[in-house]
Amino acid sequence: MNQLAGMMNRLSYYWDLTVVLTKKEIKIRYKSSVLGYLWSVVNPLSFALVCYLAFQIVFRIGIANYPLFLICGLFPWQWFSNSVNTSTEIFLRNSSLIKKTIFPKSVIVLALVLQDMIHYVLSLPVIAVVALHYQVFPTLTWLYGIPLLLLIQLAMTYGAALFLASINLFFRDMARLVSTLTILVFYCTPILYSESMIPPQYQWLLYVNPLAPLMANWRSVLLDGCLLPDYLLLSAVYALLILYTGHQVYERFRWRFAEVL
Amino acid sequence: MEPVIVFDRVSKEYPLYHRVTAGLKHFLLDLPGAIRSLRSTRLEVLRDVSFTVQRGESVGIIGRNGAGKSTLLLMIAGVIKPCGGTVTVRERVSPLLELGSGFHPDLSGRENIELNGVLLGLSRRQVLTKQDSIIEFSEIGDYIDQPIRTYSSGMVARLAFSVLVHLDPMILLIDEVLAVGDFAFEKKCLDMMLSFKGSGVTTVLVSHALPQVEQMCDRVIWIEDRSIRCCGAPSEVIAAYIEHSKPTDKP
Ligand SMILES: Nc1ncnc2c1ncn2[C@@H]1O[C@H](COP(=O)(O)OP(=O)(O)OP(=O)(O)O)[C@@H](O)[C@H]1O
Ligand SMILES: [Mg+2]
Repeated sequence: MNQLAGMMNRLSYYWDLTVVLTKKEIKIRYKSSVLGYLWSVVNPLSFALVCYLAFQIVFRIGIANYPLFLICGLFPWQWFSNSVNTSTEIFLRNSSLIKKTIFPKSVIVLALVLQDMIHYVLSLPVIAVVALHYQVFPTLTWLYGIPLLLLIQLAMTYGAALFLASINLFFRDMARLVSTLTILVFYCTPILYSESMIPPQYQWLLYVNPLAPLMANWRSVLLDGCLLPDYLLLSAVYALLILYTGHQVYERFRWRFAEVL
Repeated sequence: MEPVIVFDRVSKEYPLYHRVTAGLKHFLLDLPGAIRSLRSTRLEVLRDVSFTVQRGESVGIIGRNGAGKSTLLLMIAGVIKPCGGTVTVRERVSPLLELGSGFHPDLSGRENIELNGVLLGLSRRQVLTKQDSIIEFSEIGDYIDQPIRTYSSGMVARLAFSVLVHLDPMILLIDEVLAVGDFAFEKKCLDMMLSFKGSGVTTVLVSHALPQVEQMCDRVIWIEDRSIRCCGAPSEVIAAYIEHSKPTDKP
């Protein structure tokens, strides 16, 4: 009984920590720029515009409603890519917290990923508006499809971010490596093109890239209103694996954090 | 009397990580060298240090710069682990080792109180109920809604200390914190710490302000050359320390 109460206490404290740290990240983001929310939408939108010009106008890619197709993949990708790229430096930026306080430091990373997730969720209405423009209407699948995919992407992104944040303290040039890698993975993920356009002999790429089934599923839910069960399962397995690895690495090295900072 | 902090033959070495943190390239280019340097270049800071602190006691820790005082405090707080021996702490530690860690310059004083309070171990509800009394204790007044970056360093210290005293800690760890407040606030802090002492809080104070240490502490530990040089009544240990620190006249 006592143990249970202790655990509940710890959980609720963990929750409070997550809330204040996420709130802090969001406040800082809004305070330092006038356009705050707008930027987080304008950024992927303008990127979508560039891709539209390049692939639709120039290369004449044969995909219907291509702008909508693009943002359905670009918005969730932006969340992943932003979180992972800022995570490398996150412990360095919070070095005084690491050295002087004793709360579980993984919450710093969680707050970072949650903050980007919230921005993504807030940009969903933009996707809905563009969808309406193309006569694509929200379906009931959104009700359970979106939360499920959010959860999977949260786990995957948090695991990867935790891994990178921990490792970066020991190998300080992770940031460069990660920004190069994310670009590479971006082009290997069916965001600019659809899965079916990948030649048969390269289809296996879809299964070795943890982001591919997830991003394909986002688009399937938002665009076609159907959740692909095999992709869902595959991305969930990847998410758990990445989460587990990230957590193990963090646990293994967290005692060293205060020493190397 | 019951011991709340027990150090049993604790030693601490810092590996000098510079080769690794210099980046992946250096590490991979010179892998054998890097691994050798990981093993060999270690800095021994403490060796076989043993002491106990009883509940309700105030212990001061003194020693020259780089003697390992902050390291010792970090081990009590549980931020770093000892390399040898065991550290046992039987109660919740106030995690604040330095004032103002965890403040964000762009947030207002009020927002920082919530942030800092939770980071230091309170729940959000607790912070909310204590908020007014924290603001009052800090004497910052209407400035509380301005961003912290516009505060003077003394004002930041005031706010941080006000949060600290509202944490209801069982063990208070203090590392050179009273240096920036003005005279009146310093006095207030000292009074507060004395009242903590009266209510049974265990305090470990690291400071170079010897008169304060002498006034505050029941016992003083002097750390020199990786181990405890001397431990006992404040006046004696501090006198010995001062004697030792006098510049020796060399021709
Ligand atoms: N993270 C670290 N990595 C490597 N060496 C460290 C680290 N932290 C401290 N040291 C070394 O350990 C020794 C003790 O440092 P510490 O900070 O404990 O000293 P201190 O007694 O608190 O000094 P001061 O009075 O200046 O605050 C110093 O020689 C310092 O260079
Ligand atoms: Mg120190």
